[in-house]
Amino acid sequence: MSPSVRLQEMIRVIRGARTQGEERGVIQRECAAIRAQFRQADNGTRSHNLAKLLYVHMLGYPAHFGQMECVRLIASPRYNEKRVGYLGAMMLLDEKQDASLLITNSIKNDLSHNSQYVQSLALCTLACMGSAEMCRDLAPEIDRLLRASNSYIKKKAALCAVHIVRKVPDLGELFTPAARSLLCEKNHGVLHGAVVLITELCERNPDTLEQFRKVVPELVQIMKGLVMSGYSPEHNVAGISDPFLQVRILRLLRILGRNNDTASDAMNDLLAQVATNTDSSKTAGSAVLYETVLTVMDIKSESGLRVLAVNILGRFLLNNDRNIRYISMTSLQKIVQTDHNAVQRHRGTIVDCLKDQDASVKRRALELSLALVSAVNIRSLMKELLLFLSSCPPELRAHTTSGIFNAAERYAPSQRWHIDTILHVLTTAGGDVRDETVPNLIQLITTATELHCYTVHKLYRALITDISVQSLVQVACWCIGEYGDLLLRGECEETEPVQVTEDDVLDALETVLQSHMSSPATRGFALTATMKLSTRITHNVDRIRSIVSIYGSCIDVELQQRAVEYNALFKKYDHMRYRGSVCGAPSVIAKLPEYLLGGSGEPVPSSGLSHTVPGPATSTSGGDLLDLLGGLDVSPGE
Amino acid sequence: MCQPIKKYLTASLPNAHPLHTYGSVRKRVKCSFIYTYIHIGSESTIKIKMQFMLLFSRQGKLRLQKWYVPLSDKERKKISRDLVQTILARKPKMCSFLEWRDLKIVYKRYASLYFCCAVEDQDNELITLEIIHRYVELLDKYFGSVCELDIIFNFEKAYFILDEFLLGGEAQETSKKNVLKAIEQADLLQEEAEAPRSVLEEIGLT
Repeated sequence: MSPSVRLQEMIRVIRGARTQGEERGVIQRECAAIRAQFRQADNGTRSHNLAKLLYVHMLGYPAHFGQMECVRLIASPRYNEKRVGYLGAMMLLDEKQDASLLITNSIKNDLSHNSQYVQSLALCTLACMGSAEMCRDLAPEIDRLLRASNSYIKKKAALCAVHIVRKVPDLGELFTPAARSLLCEKNHGVLHGAVVLITELCERNPDTLEQFRKVVPELVQIMKGLVMSGYSPEHNVAGISDPFLQVRILRLLRILGRNNDTASDAMNDLLAQVATNTDSSKTAGSAVLYETVLTVMDIKSESGLRVLAVNILGRFLLNNDRNIRYISMTSLQKIVQTDHNAVQRHRGTIVDCLKDQDASVKRRALELSLALVSAVNIRSLMKELLLFLSSCPPELRAHTTSGIFNAAERYAPSQRWHIDTILHVLTTAGGDVRDETVPNLIQLITTATELHCYTVHKLYRALITDISVQSLVQVACWCIGEYGDLLLRGECEETEPVQVTEDDVLDALETVLQSHMSSPATRGFALTATMKLSTRITHNVDRIRSIVSIYGSCIDVELQQRAVEYNALFKKYDHMRYRGSVCGAPSVIAKLPEYLLGGSGEPVPSSGLSHTVPGPATSTSGGDLLDLLGGLDVSPGE
Repeated sequence: MCQPIKKYLTASLPNAHPLHTYGSVRKRVKCSFIYTYIHIGSESTIKIKMQFMLLFSRQGKLRLQKWYVPLSDKERKKISRDLVQTILARKPKMCSFLEWRDLKIVYKRYASLYFCCAVEDQDNELITLEIIHRYVELLDKYFGSVCELDIIFNFEKAYFILDEFLLGGEAQETSKKNVLKAIEQADLLQEEAEAPRSVLEEIGLT
């Protein structure tokens, strides 16, 4: 039986195994046989055994005992053994294995082999897994091959040089002269390799970059030739002549034209030509067009060209192909800061992409929409964003909410709109908002003095509908505690007021306190709110007292402490309770709610109920309040 | 001699304690070892454009894996497993591009095989799609209407073709015809090398 059939036979047997255990058994047997074969003298089957081992390795089984065999096979004079040996080296060895150094000598010899296919094996392996040491050793060889060999080898040597430069950047200088001369070649493979090499050299060394700016005219010529050439069957892809080479040349032009006026001028015409003449009905054309756009946006191009580029991106946005829409949004994201107005023109399409099925497209559309928010379009755009929030995938929610909050903060047309927006977000996605949302919102509400009535009515409604969203419940409790009197008064100008009795309000707060859905922090809010209501309601103070005293023996330490302190307020400091402790809070800085949340270990008069400011609510600045607190020797709630 | 990777790992992590063993550092960077790789990369200044290419079936079985970056077997296995699962979870009509760790993944499904490339963030994804497509065309031309079984039973040939098309992660030959011609010639050489063995060995002239 011919050895290679044995390989396929083995594959068939392995695939035929019905269970993982059976497969393991087969593979163990085969590996044992292979190991035995490796130990024997050369019997002509080594390459097939290694091939079998490589298959086994691809299935995920250990194959390290094959490493030395790879080294041996690479040194063999026979081509078939070398071929498999090098393949094995690329699969089993990497630069971290010690055995990889052993093949350096073989590679060196093979680089000067008289068969170009052997040379090619060596070049390929070096470019795939050559370590820095190997690269240093063999760089002169590669340079020699770059200059004097046929095009088949030259193109491979060029890419090998790219790998060497990536590993050992200092060697870049060695290859610069050869790279320059390779640009005169006609062979597309060699040209492609040369352009990649020059790109790599220029990216790493600014001096080399300066040097190669001189070849911009030459590159422009080559590119023109490609664009204007007729149909060439060898290189044609969907009507584009060698799109791979075109894209690489455009990328090199981008690097050369960056921050340089002369170079950029030299390529303006070409870029305009490519942008207008390239047929983008298939991916190949779109790839070239895309690279052109990237280049135009990156160099110092004239404004007409930039407008053309943005328009191309806009056209891409309307493309049926989802991939094209995605990459167009990626590029628009990059230029939204610099060419803001141009991108704004396409806002409608971008917002439509929010409704796309694909999560990647949605994410891009979201980023772009957030970047496009401005004072002018905030209302309409926010509508779309809120709509998106209600159906957006869970992994995007946190990002969306924080984006919406940032946008609202910067461009809110009115405080009421701002509060409405935040409330909407909390009702739709309250579980995904950041932690600072609650104190921020509380601060916002406090500052909007004329909206207290409106806010408390809205929040009360939200509270009785649903108490699962913690952030919303916390804010609602705080508001009710703070502005309960406005709620109970039952009149509101801006919205339909809720007609509630004191019992209803206390019922709502008690529900929050008792619900298993409420987190400890939420319960804290609810308890404090209940306490604060004791100064704002007249009939049910006893009920509040009883609620508070129940929690005096609560398991949660925080609640228990608060309850005990509030109880003390009722008992011993009843006279102060109304006047001082639970009076309306002054306009505070965002830090204040932390005090409310925290609670300290201090006894009541200087407790964490930090608004021990005698007298009615005054609008003090944050700084004054802190001074006061400092004066009263209160430690911040922690 | 090659320097052990643990030196790069501990040196490049921002808060790495120098006495951390390889094992514990690996634990810490469990989810971000690609990031760690990039750190290693910047230490030895590698900026690889295409990091790897994977071919796998709809059941998640790897049919070909070509790595252009130095990673241990364990790391490769982990990356493959995670990435394969991520891609298999995507719906059919979705975009061919996705951001994964800090790489861009370009993938396309041809019949029962997924072709997947990982490229650096700045690459042109559309041309990578074209590269994948070109590779499929080459396989198709070589095997004559290629199917997954061809690639399973002739995996080494699939590698040879890939190595004739891409070198170090970059396209080396942009003409389909030239790639196929080179493969043909190399195959001929291989046959010649295999065939007369028995004859020569009989005479005693290995």
